[in-house]
Amino acid sequence: MGSRPLTPATATALYDVPGPRTRRRHRIYSAVAAAVLLGLLAWILYLLFDTEQFTYTKWMPFAYQGIQELLLRGLGNTLKAFALAAALALVLGGMLAAGRLSDHRSLRVLATVVVEFFRAMPVLVMIFFIFVALKAQPLTALVAGLALYNGSVLAEVFRSGVNAVERGQREAAFALGMRKTQVMVHVLVPQAVRAMLPAIISQLVVALKDTSLGYLITYEEFLHAGKLIASNLDYDLPFIPVVMVISPIYIGMCMLLSWFAGRVSRWERHSPKTRAVELTTADPGTLLPGGEPPTAPRP
Amino acid sequence: MNVLIDNFSLYAEGFLGTLELTVYSSVLALLLGFLMASFRVAPVRSLRVFGTVWVTVLRNTPLTLLFFAVLLGLPRFGVVLPFEVFAVLALGCYTSAFICEALRSGINTVPTGQGEAARSLGMTFTQTLNLVVLPQAFRSVIPPVGSTLIALAKNSAIAGAFSVTELLGTYKTLSELGYNIVWTFVWIAVGYLIITFAISALFNALEKKWGVAR
Repeated sequence: MGSRPLTPATATALYDVPGPRTRRRHRIYSAVAAAVLLGLLAWILYLLFDTEQFTYTKWMPFAYQGIQELLLRGLGNTLKAFALAAALALVLGGMLAAGRLSDHRSLRVLATVVVEFFRAMPVLVMIFFIFVALKAQPLTALVAGLALYNGSVLAEVFRSGVNAVERGQREAAFALGMRKTQVMVHVLVPQAVRAMLPAIISQLVVALKDTSLGYLITYEEFLHAGKLIASNLDYDLPFIPVVMVISPIYIGMCMLLSWFAGRVSRWERHSPKTRAVELTTADPGTLLPGGEPPTAPRP
Repeated sequence: MNVLIDNFSLYAEGFLGTLELTVYSSVLALLLGFLMASFRVAPVRSLRVFGTVWVTVLRNTPLTLLFFAVLLGLPRFGVVLPFEVFAVLALGCYTSAFICEALRSGINTVPTGQGEAARSLGMTFTQTLNLVVLPQAFRSVIPPVGSTLIALAKNSAIAGAFSVTELLGTYKTLSELGYNIVWTFVWIAVGYLIITFAISALFNALEKKWGVAR
């Protein structure tokens, strides 16, 4: 055995490599904890059966074609709102980032104010403002709110990505006689986007999660469809069954996208095209709606 | 301006509602986040698995869905509590996943050598934890925890839409009373900004006092 039997991933400042006796003790603790957790799970299952959540009437609606179509339509609307919001947020983010990196002071100040304002506002307040005060359609309000918020966050992501590209790249490009736009388009932005791709995808997960806010402004998305079924007296108010059906789908979609972000992050790490820029990893704050945008450390 | 002066008590009620929600949820999120972080770095495997599942599921759940499930679902189990408590539960549990990750990455920033040195000096586990690891981790987690709590304050707006007394919820009453809707929202926005700036100032102060010099 070498001097460092632990891999860095499992090495921690908290405790040493456990010996055989400690490992046995940990296994006992583990078994006890597992028993407690399984007991908790069993208790929840018991509660579910006890409050009659698995009755035929409550699960019957999911066998109806009409209900299935309602759910699918809801899911389609969710994905539509997500696609629109994501596309608009990416465009807006690019524009705001360009503004923040501009050489013109007035443009820079304007973009900074816009970005800081929309980042500081709760996204729901913006959506409600557009919906109530500007009397927009639910879809418009939802997409506009999400695009403004996520666009502002993405602007920060893009900007920090561009700033994280090694200085030599920019200097070399200028030395070759490129103009600022050329330096940006041909040299800095491609490297920045590659490096920030995991962070960008993570931010899109936030947008996907936030499409469910559409439920609050009566946009007919997935959760709204679920609510319609859940409040139906004919099916004995199948509230828990609805949650049990729709949450795995929501969580599954988001996990798929998060997993993809992690995957991309691994690909990019091995890519020679990201050598001149610090990569972002999917760090803790990134999936939190309203959280800080992930920023690359400056070299 | 009239909107604010005429309805100051309504705004104040909503503001205090948001503040209360934020404070209680923050406490719950910090406690639960600490517990989950300790699970995730524990040498006990089943606890580690539980912590990982907790974080992964909650991080990928839309907060609206969680509110929906908790506020409208728990009463089906015969759990009857005021809506405010349900909102605190949903918001606190949700944010705990992010707090957990912030704390865990804080603990991971403490170099392994620090713990090894402490143990080679004969310190016990409690001593290592309290005197060496946690003080250093604490310094580096101040900024991420601060931004997580700011996000929590902003996310509390969702509770208002589920008819918990809260700042965003005041718009409904005011628009029914026929006040200018734009100004109504301006003052709501100001209310949120006050809370988020207060949290930001608090954490800047903490950072200044205890943060790592970078």
